[in-house]
Amino acid sequence: MDQFTLNLLVVGATFVLYIGIAIWARAGSTSEFYAAGRGVHPIVNGMATGADWMSAASFISMAGIIAFGGYDTSAYLMGWTGGYVLLAMLLAPYLRKFGKFTVPEFIGDRFYSQTARTVAVICLIIASITYVIGQMTGVGVAFSRFLEVSNTTGLFIGAAIVFMYAVLGGMKGITYTQVAQYVVLIIAYTIPAIFISLQLTGNPIPGLGLFSNDTSSGAPILSTLNDTVEALGFKSYTGQHDTTLNMFLFTMTLMIGTAGLPHVIVRFFTVPRVADARSSAGWALVFIALLYLTAPAVGAMARLNLVKTFYPNGVDQPAVEMTAIENDQNLAWVRNWAKTGLLTFDDKNADGRIEYSAGDSNELTVNRDIITLANPEIANLPGWVIALVAAGGLAAALSTAAGLLMAISSAVSHDLIKSQINPNISEKGELLAARISMAVAIAIATYLGLNPPGFAAQTVALAFGLAASSIFPALMMGIFSKKINNTGAVAGMLVGLVTTLVYIFLHKGWFFVASTASFSDSAPMILSIKSTSFGVIGAILNFITAFVVSNATKETPEDIQELVESIRVPKGAGAAVDH
Amino acid sequence: MADKSSSNAYWKANIRTIQLFLVIWFVCSFGFGILLRPMLAGIKVGGTDLGFWFAQQGSILVFLVLIFAYAWRMNKLDREHGVEE
Repeated sequence: MDQFTLNLLVVGATFVLYIGIAIWARAGSTSEFYAAGRGVHPIVNGMATGADWMSAASFISMAGIIAFGGYDTSAYLMGWTGGYVLLAMLLAPYLRKFGKFTVPEFIGDRFYSQTARTVAVICLIIASITYVIGQMTGVGVAFSRFLEVSNTTGLFIGAAIVFMYAVLGGMKGITYTQVAQYVVLIIAYTIPAIFISLQLTGNPIPGLGLFSNDTSSGAPILSTLNDTVEALGFKSYTGQHDTTLNMFLFTMTLMIGTAGLPHVIVRFFTVPRVADARSSAGWALVFIALLYLTAPAVGAMARLNLVKTFYPNGVDQPAVEMTAIENDQNLAWVRNWAKTGLLTFDDKNADGRIEYSAGDSNELTVNRDIITLANPEIANLPGWVIALVAAGGLAAALSTAAGLLMAISSAVSHDLIKSQINPNISEKGELLAARISMAVAIAIATYLGLNPPGFAAQTVALAFGLAASSIFPALMMGIFSKKINNTGAVAGMLVGLVTTLVYIFLHKGWFFVASTASFSDSAPMILSIKSTSFGVIGAILNFITAFVVSNATKETPEDIQELVESIRVPKGAGAAVDH
Repeated sequence: MADKSSSNAYWKANIRTIQLFLVIWFVCSFGFGILLRPMLAGIKVGGTDLGFWFAQQGSILVFLVLIFAYAWRMNKLDREHGVEE
C-alpha cells in the first residue's frame, strides 16, 4: 500500500471516530451546548483540556521552532506550562464558585457593567481569532502534505472540515471527542519520538534521551548537536542568543496568556466542585507535560537528523548530491515536501550538491512548521507511523479550533445577543446565532491564514499576548481586589488590549497585512522587546490604569464586595445558574 | 457562608500559600531557567548545563508538583476553616 492511501485510511478512521462521538453526544439544551452539564470528572476534564490546549502550535509547530531556535525557544516550553500554576491558584477555583458559563459573564457581573461585559467580549474575540489563524496555518501544512496538494488548497480543505466539525456538536460533544483526540495526538507524538530516541541514543524515553550520549559518536547528543550546527555556521544550540529581557518578557507573556485564554478557563466551569477545579488544572498539566517533556527531544533530534540527511558523511565532507535527492528512496520525503512548497532546494552554484548552512552558500529552505510532520520520514520510520503523525497533527489543530470557536460563538450569542441586543431570543435562535458566528470566525481566520503573520506557534503566541494584556488582569483583579470598580476595569482592559494590539500591528502590519508594518521583530520599536513579548507590558499597564481610575471614581457597591467575598470560599458552590 | 472572621482567616491563609508557591514557581522557571543560568553554568547535565535542563524540562516538573501540592493544601484549609463544599 502506498503512503498516500495509508495516510487517507488512518486519518479517515480517526475522523469517523470523532464525528461518531460528536453525533452520539449531540448537544440538546443550551446549557449542554456551553458547559457539558457540569458532570465531567477532573481526570476526564484534564485530558479534554489537554487536547483543547495542545493545538497545531504545540503539536505541529513547537518542536520545529525549538529545532531551529535551541535554548532561546525555551520560553514556549516554560510559558505554555507555567500558566497552569497561575490558573490553578489565581483563577480556576473562584470562577467555578461564581458558577456561570462564560468569561465575559463573570466580568460583567463582578464589575456590574454591561460595558465591561461587551469590552470583555471584544477582547475574547480578538484573542481567539488570532489564535484560530495559527491553527489554520497548521491545518494547512498538515493537509497539504498528506493530501499531496499545495499549502493554499490544504488550508481551504482544513477550513471546511473545521467548520463542519465545530458546528455539529457543542461542548458536550467536544468534551468526549477531545478525550479521543488527546489519545490519538499523544500516541502520534510519542511513538516516532521513541523510535528516533532509540536510533540515536538507545534510550526509549525521549526526554531522557535528550541528555544521553549519541551512540554513534559516544558524546552527549546536545554537544554533538552544538558542534554540528556551529560547523555549518549556525548559532550554538544550547547557548543564549536572545536578550535576557526579551526571553523573560516572552515567557511571562505566554504564562499569563495561558491563564487568560477563555477556551481554557471555560473548561474549569464544567467540573462538579471547586476542589475539582484545582485538581483539574493539575491533571490537565499532567497530560500536557507528556508532550512538553518530549518536545525538546523531538526538536533537537530532528535538527541532528536533518543535518545528517544533507551531510551523510559528516559536516566536514561534501553535501548530499542532487541526483540522490531526485532518486534515492530514503530521500523521498524531500521530494514530497517540495511539492507543498514548504521546503525548497536550489543548486545555485551548480555543483550538483545541495548545501545547508547559515551562509550565502545555503541552498535549502525548510519551513519550521513541517519538522514534526516530516520527522518520522526524515528518520525513515515505517509508513504507518507517518500516517499516525498526520492524524495526530489534525487532531491537535481540530480540537483547539473547535474549542476556540465555541468560546467565540458563546460570547457572541450568549454575552452579546441574548444579554444585550435581544433578551427574548429563543433557545433555537441562540444556537443559530452561535453557529453563524462560528462560520464568520472561520472565514476571517482562513482569509488571514493565507498570509499568516508567522509560523503557527508564533501567531498563537500573539494571541497569548492579547489575552495576557486584557482578560487575565481583569479576572485577577476581580477576585483579589474589592477596590477595582466598573470604570477602572473597563479602562484597564481597553488600555491593555489597545497598547498590545497596536504594538503587534506596528511589527506585523495593520490587521496582519505585512506591507503596512513600521518595525520588525529583528529590530523592535522598544529595546529588544519583540511583538510576541509585549503582552505582559500591556498587562502591567492594565493593572496600573485600573488602580488609578478606580481610586479616582466611585467606590464598589456593598453587594459587589459581598459577591467577591463569596467567590473566595468554596462553601455553597451549587450547580450553574441558568438564565 | 461561614461567619466573616473565619472566612477572613481562610483567605489570609490562602494568600500566604499562594505567595510561597509563586516564589517557588518564579525561582524554578525565570530564576534557574533564565536569570540565574550563568551562575549554574558550572553544573553539567548531559552535554549542557543545569540552567538548560530547568528551562526545557525541570521547570515543567516543578509546576506539576506545585499544582497538586496547592490542591492538597487547600483541601486541608477548606476543612480546617469549615468552608468546604
